[in-house]
Amino acid sequence: MSGTNCALTYTAKDYKSDTKPVWCPGCGDYSVLSSITKAFADLNLEPHKTSVVSGIGCSSRIPAYTTTYGFHSIHGRALAVGAGLKLARPDMTVLVAGGDGDGFSIGGNHFLHACRRNVDMTYVVMDNRVYGMTKGQPSPTTEPDWDASAMAPPGGTGMTPFNPLAIALAAGANFVARCFSGDPNGTAAVIAEAIKHPGFSFVAVMSPCITFREEQREWKNVVRPSPVESTTDAAQAAKRLMTDDGFNMGILYRGHRTPYSPKGAGQASLADLEAEFAL
Amino acid sequence: MTAANMLLDAAAEAGYYALFGRSSGPQIRGGEAAAIVRLSPEPVTSVDDTTEILLAIDWQNVQRFAAELPLDKNSVIITDPTQGEVPEVMAKSGARIVELPMKDLAKEIPGGRPNMVALGAVAALIGLPVDVVCEVLGQSLKKKRADAYEASVAAVKKGAEAAAGMGATKRLGKLAGEPAKRWSITGNEAAALGAVRGGVRFCAAYPITPATEILEYLSSALPKVGGVFVQAEDELASINMCVGGSFGGAASITATAGPGLSLMIEALGMATASETPVVVVDVQRGGPSTGIPTKSEQSDLNIALYGLHGDAPHLVVAPHSIGDCLMTTQWAVHLAETMQAPCIVLSDQSLGQSRTIMPVPADVAFVGKRLTVTEAPAEGVQYKRYANTASGISPMAIPGTPGCQYTADGLEHTETGTPSSQANDHSSQQDKRLRKLTDHEYGDHWATIEGEGDIAVMCWGSCTGAAREAITRAAADGVKARLISPRLLYPTRPEAMAKALAGVRKVLVVELSHLGQFHRYLKGEYDLPAEIQQIKRGGPLPIRPNEIHSRLLSMGK
Repeated sequence: MSGTNCALTYTAKDYKSDTKPVWCPGCGDYSVLSSITKAFADLNLEPHKTSVVSGIGCSSRIPAYTTTYGFHSIHGRALAVGAGLKLARPDMTVLVAGGDGDGFSIGGNHFLHACRRNVDMTYVVMDNRVYGMTKGQPSPTTEPDWDASAMAPPGGTGMTPFNPLAIALAAGANFVARCFSGDPNGTAAVIAEAIKHPGFSFVAVMSPCITFREEQREWKNVVRPSPVESTTDAAQAAKRLMTDDGFNMGILYRGHRTPYSPKGAGQASLADLEAEFAL
Repeated sequence: MTAANMLLDAAAEAGYYALFGRSSGPQIRGGEAAAIVRLSPEPVTSVDDTTEILLAIDWQNVQRFAAELPLDKNSVIITDPTQGEVPEVMAKSGARIVELPMKDLAKEIPGGRPNMVALGAVAALIGLPVDVVCEVLGQSLKKKRADAYEASVAAVKKGAEAAAGMGATKRLGKLAGEPAKRWSITGNEAAALGAVRGGVRFCAAYPITPATEILEYLSSALPKVGGVFVQAEDELASINMCVGGSFGGAASITATAGPGLSLMIEALGMATASETPVVVVDVQRGGPSTGIPTKSEQSDLNIALYGLHGDAPHLVVAPHSIGDCLMTTQWAVHLAETMQAPCIVLSDQSLGQSRTIMPVPADVAFVGKRLTVTEAPAEGVQYKRYANTASGISPMAIPGTPGCQYTADGLEHTETGTPSSQANDHSSQQDKRLRKLTDHEYGDHWATIEGEGDIAVMCWGSCTGAAREAITRAAADGVKARLISPRLLYPTRPEAMAKALAGVRKVLVVELSHLGQFHRYLKGEYDLPAEIQQIKRGGPLPIRPNEIHSRLLSMGK
């Protein structure tokens, strides 16, 4: 963890830029932006030592709405860009953010390997179970019978939804949590925990898209705090995940894996390297 | 392969220069392979026309290599009579056939091997002292395996004795004076070392033939100099991790081949738009699709130049020889960092996986140096990451710099980096991204231009060595030609090219591409004389000097 020794004290507002979000009125992502900036403030991270990295999609617009360093990269590759930054610059706090299509469809392979690799960074996915920027197509987390889309067949895709938490756990993520955008303070607290936790931390935030999935307004009535504390036992976490209904909120799992850190400490000179080729 | 490596080491020890290529089939490990060695008292950068001595330990699967081992009536084929007749595909060349019972001779020595008998015979035939061969054997074997060393020395000596009765063959030229200081290096090692010399401290990559040796080298070298090497899950991750590392301030590189470059193209567009420097070495192989992974071709020129969507000016460079992989990759890092743009280095399998004994490379001063900002702008003034400067290069804030926070973006943006879809922002940022490349002073490194005459051989990359040799031979026949081989393929240099072509009436374009991609590029980007001839074909057979030489003679009539 870096940046906590700063003499200044920051508030959430200090991390919000003047750029007006492109999001629709009522979008859950406004709250997630507030939660992220509140988490930064709670941890008193220096904006110039912090970076928000994203791919493409509604939620991936988020770096420009913060005052930290940011990279708004290309569709699906946010985790790779974020990992590159963190590995080259271990002194930076790196938070990668995006949506369900970006992270689990086009970026699905990077998600698996980011969990396995366990670089010390935090991944916040704003999951609304729909492609919003392209105007409402089914995503990997969409229910199989949802068919209110010009691209979905009648009766829905019939495909089993992707279970991000189960997959994160199976692939070795070191911190796994589920939040709801309607509880910005709770979400901020979980994100702050995720940032503090060493290794790869995954925070799935249910963030409604009321433009294309109006029924998601109901989420606020069904989500509940998880009845149990987080566990350090992956098997127990897996069992909970496979038996819950997807509406238990909170930190599910905290692992103890050592973060991946390949930065060399060597101080060889070029002459040392070149000597190998001399006859 | 072992015997050929020993021969190369012995020639190196004796003071010679060399080229060493290998051709192997699709087998994962072991199996038949051909080692192709060219030795000379002078530096060599091209394969020769024919094979002077073809030594076959056995003839299994020889048809795989026959086309890569051209023979003529001046060639000598050394064959082991216990391994059957010399195959017709070889014998029809009219080459002189000499028998050497390698297997039986090796059997006379406890632990003796036929390949060491072969090594001794070849050394003796070309006039490489057997003592030097034994010395090299000692360096590699004596400490670890004394018994193997004794057996190998005995086998080498037996082979050398047997060579005495084989008749004359072409011998190595005499060295003028003391052996010069030289390096032994492959093109892939040279590219990797060049990257480190240029300042690269971050590499994320995915293994692929024939580029993997670059990654193997960097995985051990980068940690030694405080850098980072990551094996990524695929090429998409490789290039995007490099972009992230470079955004963080580390000069970054990845290496791949055609299929991987295809996957990286989208991210190279992002690097172009976000002005994030990154270098990609593409060690070209036969394509398209999986193509011929183990063999060479020059057919990724189009994708490197024109593969990016949108108007995306970026840098493309190509090394001219195995040794030049070092300078060109080092230069690529320098150019990418200076201009904050992606740079593709087009090497190929024949450069990357071949070894050279070469003069010690010059210590060129090309080190990546990015224009950065270290201080926050005045209170109330926003840092402009994409400031529309006269040079087109905008000072870049490295994360960690207080007060200069910005968001790098693949979306079109304003000077501050705020996303914009407005025409004036698009045109001014496009102008700036092009201007920074076209206004740069590239110096003489942009091309190799040699010789004079009203015929120009225009080629690129690995064809340069053969073209140079052909021009030298044509000059001896009274036909003057000049060599024009651009190292910088993009941006183009119209004025410098016009100067290089001054007085040229005829052009011969030489390339290893079935579609003639380089020819199309030259015609599209430059003004050329009216008479243009071509030597073009797909890989994997290299274009040899005699093909260019004979064409030059007919063009010179």
